[in-house]
Amino acid sequence: MKTKRAMILVSTDAESLRLGANELLENLNEALEAYQLFDEVDIATITDAERSNIQPFVVVYPEATVYGPVKPGDARYLVEEHLYKGRVAEDLLAPPKTLTGQIGSLRAHKGYNPAEQRIVLEHAGRIDPENIEDCIAHNGYEALGKALTELSPEQIIDIVEKSGLQGRGGAGFLTGRKWKFVRAAKGEKKYVICNADESEPGTFKDRIVLEGDPHIILEAMAIAGYAVGADEGYIYIRGEYGHAYRRLKHAIEQAEEFGFLGKNIFNTNFNFHIHLHAGAGAYVCGEETALIESIEGKRGEPRPRPPYPVTRGLWDKPTTVNNVETLANVPAIIRNGPEWYRSFGTPSSPGTKVYTIMGNVNFSGVIEVPMGITLREVINIYAKGMKPGSVLKLAQTGGSSGSIIPAALQDVPMDFESFRKAGVSLGSGALLICDQHTCIVDLVKVLLQFFRFESCGKCTPCRVGTQRSYEIVDRISKGQGKPEDLDTLQYLIAEMERASNCGLGQTATVPIRDMLKYFRTEVEAHILLGSCPTGVCEMNLELETAKV
Amino acid sequence: MNAPVVESEVKAVVAQAIENHGKTFDALIPILSEINHTLGYIPAEAIREVKKQIHGPTSNVYVSESRLYGLASFYDMLSTQPRGRHVIKFCENAPCHIVGGKAIWDALRETLELENGETTSDNKWTLLTTSCIGLCSVGPVLLVDDDMYGNVTVEQIPEILGYYE
Repeated sequence: MKTKRAMILVSTDAESLRLGANELLENLNEALEAYQLFDEVDIATITDAERSNIQPFVVVYPEATVYGPVKPGDARYLVEEHLYKGRVAEDLLAPPKTLTGQIGSLRAHKGYNPAEQRIVLEHAGRIDPENIEDCIAHNGYEALGKALTELSPEQIIDIVEKSGLQGRGGAGFLTGRKWKFVRAAKGEKKYVICNADESEPGTFKDRIVLEGDPHIILEAMAIAGYAVGADEGYIYIRGEYGHAYRRLKHAIEQAEEFGFLGKNIFNTNFNFHIHLHAGAGAYVCGEETALIESIEGKRGEPRPRPPYPVTRGLWDKPTTVNNVETLANVPAIIRNGPEWYRSFGTPSSPGTKVYTIMGNVNFSGVIEVPMGITLREVINIYAKGMKPGSVLKLAQTGGSSGSIIPAALQDVPMDFESFRKAGVSLGSGALLICDQHTCIVDLVKVLLQFFRFESCGKCTPCRVGTQRSYEIVDRISKGQGKPEDLDTLQYLIAEMERASNCGLGQTATVPIRDMLKYFRTEVEAHILLGSCPTGVCEMNLELETAKV
Repeated sequence: MNAPVVESEVKAVVAQAIENHGKTFDALIPILSEINHTLGYIPAEAIREVKKQIHGPTSNVYVSESRLYGLASFYDMLSTQPRGRHVIKFCENAPCHIVGGKAIWDALRETLELENGETTSDNKWTLLTTSCIGLCSVGPVLLVDDDMYGNVTVEQIPEILGYYE
């Protein structure tokens, strides 16, 4: 495959079409031909309702320059300036304010990689994570100093709430509000817990933060402690992350030495201690109450809620449990203010999101981009396209408990609200991109194998539901399914969702639900025809006859 | 790892783990993890010793053997059974599966003639599946003891196994 040096995206939503997007597209093609740029430049269409006032618009990558509104007559000028002469067509540039938060407003970094907006990962990979001085030279602990010496706890909570920061563990709860609850909760003793039990398959964003910039977490936890009125914090890190554990341990020692943790931080009367606590291998401990049980030296079995940890958490004291990525946003918000933070992302989901990309694509890894970019943009721009010969069939967003979405939904902006509307969960930010050789039944079977293994076994709907649904899907994958199996699955997932004690059992149903919603025919082929359309599943039809 | 466990050794290992992590409830899992790491698994004697040693004049922590056993059997990284000299953990999650994990798993089982959870008769290998270890960008992934291998192909398996005595 010849590599292209640029890509043009043209908006083709209803409004753009009304304003001549088709003609614009035609003219752009003509101009590309006139300048003999066809081999070097890709052109494609997009739909993006968020940029409603600049239609029709054109985005040119890799620089991610946004032009709009572009009239059909501007096409030749745009191609000549930007793609032939290699400079920005200034007078066609979309007004910057309307672009905030969209990928189009990003400046490309030096080199060939597409533009990112790094807040969480700002320093990861750029500083020596074992050297606190290097960290301090890059704004490290500046926000903590500002918080302790210039701001009251209430002001901090107010700033974080105004920033609109939502929990990045998957649920999307407002962080500022959570802190407010903990601050308001009765009791002298309170705790801050950093949930670093990143076990959602396909998710390794937190590992990158912990390994690349451990001090950002310590700083954020101390700020959280000051805000909610806690003097003690725990980092619960999964046992498998040995390297990150050592980095954090070292970072805590250094921070104590420099007086950023411990007693009288920044010569104030604020004290804060952090315990580093390693898990021992249990997916369910990512659930906050299971995590708390685990710290307390018990099996990681989630507690019934309410009471929520904000009133009764660790050792029954008010506790805020925040995800690594969530916390890593906090220092920058304190330094730059809530308005700054709101200039990224979408109005309902401000800020950035760290995604891990993997699967049948040319580039796997971590990116941080504003909330609201689409899956198509991620695949085409950041993942550098599907592997040769691969066509997108489906993507799984957010790890095992995330949604399976068909290619048809790849233009839904990835933010909490848009996804919620589309019935999709954003989850942890893992993006598993699967091509046409992926069998939905096989994939869901793998996911259910995971859930039946990881179910803690405390409540029946989850313990039995994950096992039974695995058995059914396993049967279907061998060509031994019965038509009524699909109804049984529907029934099972409804009960699991309704009656499971925690998120594990409730979300274990998502892959099944999406399989039946988007790929029913493929499942039925396994059952009715006894064959796997993609040829992935090994059929074992003999067994069925033997059984009968 | 996995040398025959003698009682006095267990006592010393448990004492060391308790000294490192303290006599508190939140130290229980770290203590068991350390014992598991040193001995290769958590023998019944170790559980008895933890119960005995963690309670004392300086500590009001009392834990039953059943609670400790409950922990050792709940968490995946802890084992109540002896394992082989080398433990292979293969990631069986979707991201590795999609990029060819199943072929690796089949090849591992065939080469070692083991099923999930089994140990070879010469005690050299234990084969396990593991949940995601966060190395998804280089899948399929497997771990031998603490060594990580990414982008594994079927052809590489004999070579990887050959590194271990």
